[in-house]
Formats: sequence, C-alpha cells, structure tokens
Amino acid sequence: MESEQISGEKESVICISDLYKSFGDLHVLKGVNLDIYKGENLVVLGRSGTGKSVLINILSGLLKPDSGTVMVLGEKVDHLTQKALDALRLHIGFSFQSSALYDSMNVRQNLEFPLTMNVKNLTKMQIKEAVEEALNAVGLIDKMNQMPSDLSGGQRKRIGIARTLILKPQIMLYDEPTSGLDPITCYEINQLIRDVQKKYNTSSIIITHDLTCAKETGDRIAMLFDGMFIKTGTFDEVFADSDERIQSFYNYNFTK
Amino acid sequence: MTPKAKPYIFSKGIDSYFIGIYESYVFVCRFFKQVLQRPFHFGQIIDQCYEVGLKSLPLITLTGFVTGVVFTKQSRTSLEVFGAASWLPALISIALVRALGPLVTALICAGKVGSSIGAELGSMKVSEQIDAMEVSAINPFKYLVVTRVTATTLMVPILSLYCSLVGLLGSYVNVHANENTSFAHFFQNGFATISFLDVFTAVFKSIVFGFTIGIIGCYKGYNASQGTQGVGKAANQAVVLTMFLVFVEELVIVQVSNWIKFF
Ligand SMILES: Nc1ncnc2c1ncn2[C@@H]1O[C@H](COP(=O)(O)OP(=O)(O)OP(=O)(O)O)[C@@H](O)[C@H]1O
Ligand SMILES: [Mg+2]
Repeated sequence: MESEQISGEKESVICISDLYKSFGDLHVLKGVNLDIYKGENLVVLGRSGTGKSVLINILSGLLKPDSGTVMVLGEKVDHLTQKALDALRLHIGFSFQSSALYDSMNVRQNLEFPLTMNVKNLTKMQIKEAVEEALNAVGLIDKMNQMPSDLSGGQRKRIGIARTLILKPQIMLYDEPTSGLDPITCYEINQLIRDVQKKYNTSSIIITHDLTCAKETGDRIAMLFDGMFIKTGTFDEVFADSDERIQSFYNYNFTK
Repeated sequence: MTPKAKPYIFSKGIDSYFIGIYESYVFVCRFFKQVLQRPFHFGQIIDQCYEVGLKSLPLITLTGFVTGVVFTKQSRTSLEVFGAASWLPALISIALVRALGPLVTALICAGKVGSSIGAELGSMKVSEQIDAMEVSAINPFKYLVVTRVTATTLMVPILSLYCSLVGLLGSYVNVHANENTSFAHFFQNGFATISFLDVFTAVFKSIVFGFTIGIIGCYKGYNASQGTQGVGKAANQAVVLTMFLVFVEELVIVQVSNWIKFF
C-alpha cells in the first residue's frame, strides 16, 4: 500500500484531503481534510444538511468528488475501475440512515444476499453459520425469519449493521445510527458500535448529531461546519474550545 | 477551487428536458451493454417472468375475451349491411392478431406491470436499498433493471399471442351464437387470412412493447426523487409515458410493415 501514512505511530485507513463537492449552486463540502486511523472510532458531528451523508457517500464511491483526493485502504476511491471499487467495497460496511433493509426479503435473506452474491461456492452450512454469527453479534438471532416491516426502528438498524458485518469489513460507516430511537435503544446501539469495534477490529466513521452517542462511541470527534472541519480531537478537547459555533451545538443539546 | 455551476443553455426547463432524453438514452445503452455480461441472475429473471406473466394472466384473459366478443358484436352490424357476415372470422382474426392483441396486452401491462416496476424500484431507491446493493458490491442495475426488462421483453409477446387467441375464442362464442358456425370452420376461416408476416409483425411489435414497458418502468423508478411523493410520481409517469410510447411505436411499426408488404 503506497499511501500507508505513518503519522506518529498510527496508520491511517482513510485519508481525505482538500475535498470539494457541490450540487449545482449548492456548495456542500468546501475543503475537507481528515484522517482516520486504524482501529479508531471517529465521530463526525454537524448540523443537519452540512453534508455528513454526502461525505460518507463519497467515501464509499456512491458520489464522485468535484476535486480533492480520497484514499480508502490505500486506494483512490474516485479513480478506481468498477471491479476494483467493488473489491474495495467488500471491506467497507455501510449502515444507512434509513437502515435500507431489502423489503422483499426476510432477515435471513437480507443477510445472505451480500454474502452469496460476493463469495462463490459456499456450502449451506457455511452460509448458515455466517448468518448466525452476524445475528448473534447484534443480539437478534430470534428475528431470523421475520420480515423487515415487522421490526422496530432499532431492530432494523441492528439488522442493517449485521448485514454489513457478514462480510467482515475493516471499515464501518454509520450514518446516524441513533437517530429516531429512544435513549435506551440508543444506549444499546452505542454499545453495539463499541462491540463491533472490538470484536471485528474495525475503524469506523460515525455520523451523528447526538452528543451522547458521540461521547460514548467516539475516540475522536470532528466538527463539520459549513463544509469544513472546524475542530478535531477528543470529546472533551473539542467542547473545551470556546468557538461560538461549537459551544452553541453543545448548549442546545443539553439545555433542552 | 470550487467549480462554478454551469449556466443553462436555453432555460432550466428546456435544458432538463434534453438532459432527460440524454439520460434515458444512456440508460438504454447501459441495458444493452450489461444484458450480455455475466452474471445473468437466471433465478431472478424467472421470478420476474412469473410476476409479469402469470400474474397478468387473469386480467389479459378477461380483457382479451371481452375485446373479442364486443368487437365481433360491433362489426356484425356493419358487415350485415353488405351481406358479408360470413367474413366476420377473417376480419376479426386479422384485427386481433395484427392490432388489438398486442395493443390491448401492451396497455394492460403498461398499467399493471409498468406501474408496479416503477413503484417498486422507486421505493427501493428512496429507502436507499439500491445504494445498499451498490455498496455491498452488487450491481443493482444488473440485478434489478436487466432482469425486469428481460422478463417483460420475453413475456409480453407470449401474453399478446395468448390475448389474440382468447379474443378469437370470445369472437367464436359470439359468432357461434348468431350464425351457428362450427368451431373448426371458424378457425379455418380465421387462420387462413393470417399470413406469416402478420404473426411476425405482431410478435416483433410485442417485443418492442415489452421492452418499452420494462425499461420505462425501471428508468422512472431508478431515478425517482426522494420522498414518498417520488414513488407515486415514478409509478404514474411510467404508465403515462409507456402508453404514449406504445402508441407511437404502433404507428411506426404499422407504417413500416405496410411498406414492407408493398414491395
Ligand atoms: N444527490 C444530491 N443532489 C443534490 N443535492 C444533494 C444531494 N445529496 C445531498 N444534497 C444536498 O446536500 C446537502 C447535504 O446533504 P446531506 O444529506 O449530506 O446532509 P446531512 O449532513 O447528512 O444531514 P442530516 O443530518 O439531515 O442527514 C443538503 O442540502 C442536500 O440537499
Ligand atoms: Mg444524513
């Protein structure tokens, strides 16, 4: 891997520099720079509509950047052939804001689908074991034969995470894992994110505007504001900053 | 550093109209490029054939039969004026096989199949399921679009021949009740007037209709805009555009086939 950058002792798995992205007249990302190191959970905090989802869509190759470089596991995402991009995507797990479970399939089929489509010649037994392992990891083995429409929001999120775990990703991208969930379910999801980090040894980006989630899951926090990262550091470091934009984000979260 | 947004060439509306045409052209090209590439997803194609074919069968049977009966009933009065009621089987066969069968089938499938494809893919798009496929290294175009378009292209011709046959049966019921023509006589009379070119054109036409139904449904669904409104709009636009295109294609194919016959 040519781009394996050693900064201090840490090896970065994602390296974004000078990233720009706009839609027509709307400039969403305006010069984003960010490194994610191996094994860490990085939380991206920011208000609605600041381009958090756009950022991880670029990381997974769903959107093309206007300019700048995006390296994931040493590959330039926007310069890959379809085949190479697909190979890279097998190492990236993507948990969608809306869970994105396949409505027409039950939970088991949802999990089997990415596995059987990407890994050929698996025996029935191997598939079954993989599905059970992933479902056990999220604690929902008893929902195996249910349809997504019969699950609660929190359960759907977890099944969505299980579906990405089945391919044993090195990088996890969580888009608002706790949005729309009650505090107890949020807590469980936060625990799950930590468990996944330990058990699967992943590096993750967690997108959220929920400070509790940020505090519990993040090793490092990056504040996205107006298309740029205005501050990165640990939770306490970031919110010790007297910058008005950061302070108001913090205050609104806890005074309401 | 941020690239400036391009100004419009004509106006926003006209530009997006031409962009739409270009995008659908790209969509069609993408289909032809991917349809012959591995993997073929045969299982999925068969599932879709079942969805398109078998599930439309009751509706096609009913409409085909009614078309046959009504068309015979209405034509009789005109033919009787000339004392030519015995020509009914010939007339009806030609009308059904050449025009009515394919057209009725295409319109019904546009309504039933086109809208359901548009809505299904539309809701998959809106709920990020298509993106989810893409990020798990599955080609959603291949898995969703190519299989559906293949299925409609295969099934609509079969349904349309079937529709013509059921229509003839309906016509026979009416003719038998009025003129007491025998079954064998009716069909002998009817089939004698149908040429190979007629059947060939009908099948060809239905292939074009089937392709149109599939590709428009998929295009509209695949490009549905966000929100639940986008899903309804995709389904609706798929039906309207497909019906319009089916009539245009009918007109063109009839012209061309007449021209071929002439030479
Ligand atoms: N495909 C697209 N085409 C046009 N505009 C887009 C597209 N995707 C996103 N945008 C715009 O980019 C901006 C950022 O969107 P994004 O979804 O990244 O926000 P977000 O930070 O994830 O917000 P939220 O917390 O609400 O999910 C929004 O103004 C949105 O309208
Ligand atoms: Mg978002």
